[in-house]
Amino acid sequence: MSWRERLLPQPVISLLIVFLWLVVVSRFTLGSLVMGTIVGLLVPLLVRNFWVDRPVMHRPLLALGLFARVLGDIVVANVEVARLVLGPPGRLRPAFLELPLEISSPYVATILASIVSLTPGTVSIDIDMDRRLVLIHALNAPDPEAAVATIKRRYEAPLKEIFGC
Amino acid sequence: MLPSALDILVSLLLLVGGGFALVGSIGLARLPDFMMRLHGPTKATTLGVGAIVVAAMVHTSATSGRLSLQELAISLFLFITAPVVAHLLSKAALAQKARDGDG
Repeated sequence: MSWRERLLPQPVISLLIVFLWLVVVSRFTLGSLVMGTIVGLLVPLLVRNFWVDRPVMHRPLLALGLFARVLGDIVVANVEVARLVLGPPGRLRPAFLELPLEISSPYVATILASIVSLTPGTVSIDIDMDRRLVLIHALNAPDPEAAVATIKRRYEAPLKEIFGC
Repeated sequence: MLPSALDILVSLLLLVGGGFALVGSIGLARLPDFMMRLHGPTKATTLGVGAIVVAAMVHTSATSGRLSLQELAISLFLFITAPVVAHLLSKAALAQKARDGDG
């Protein structure tokens, strides 16, 4: 392990933390830059034992597209779920979905599970990398198979392409 | 003084955000079981807080005359933490259900 890996295990994350620190402080001074750099160096060192291997992004542009799609879906699903919540609760068809994973990296599977949780109407409950599936609870899924197919098509397929795994 | 078109935009965003936060809370109160209730807060944190944050951003940027990004950090932190919380809560609920035999 080189000195760089020992002192700076996650250079990108460190830079992001420095940037975020400056944004939150929202005043660019030498003091805030020094403080942000200290935090940016310390945090990755403190959490290094929890870190899983991160695969390289092959298609960064596609990642931007996926980000836009997720934001759009959050808006659409919010309206949809608001209607379900305000309507008669007896009409809801909640279901547990088992989504078989094609993704092999735990890191990418976590991104997929987080997207599922952020879009209203579905929450990820468990990622089981041994059985290679994500357990999802859906607020209203009259057709569980179709719901699983939609998640696979809209989110898993692009993630697979972005990270090439 | 704010130009009035800006006032209207900011007010609309606040109303949308407040509305979704309200619907999220109503869901929390009236959905029948734990798993379904879990869906309420996810909504409130995404579009609810999201719209309020954008409203704050537009307002501060317009009044101070420079782009204000602080508010986006709030959204970012919520987007990172909300799925983790939902995941832990539902996992705990499943474990408890398995222990007690039924829901």
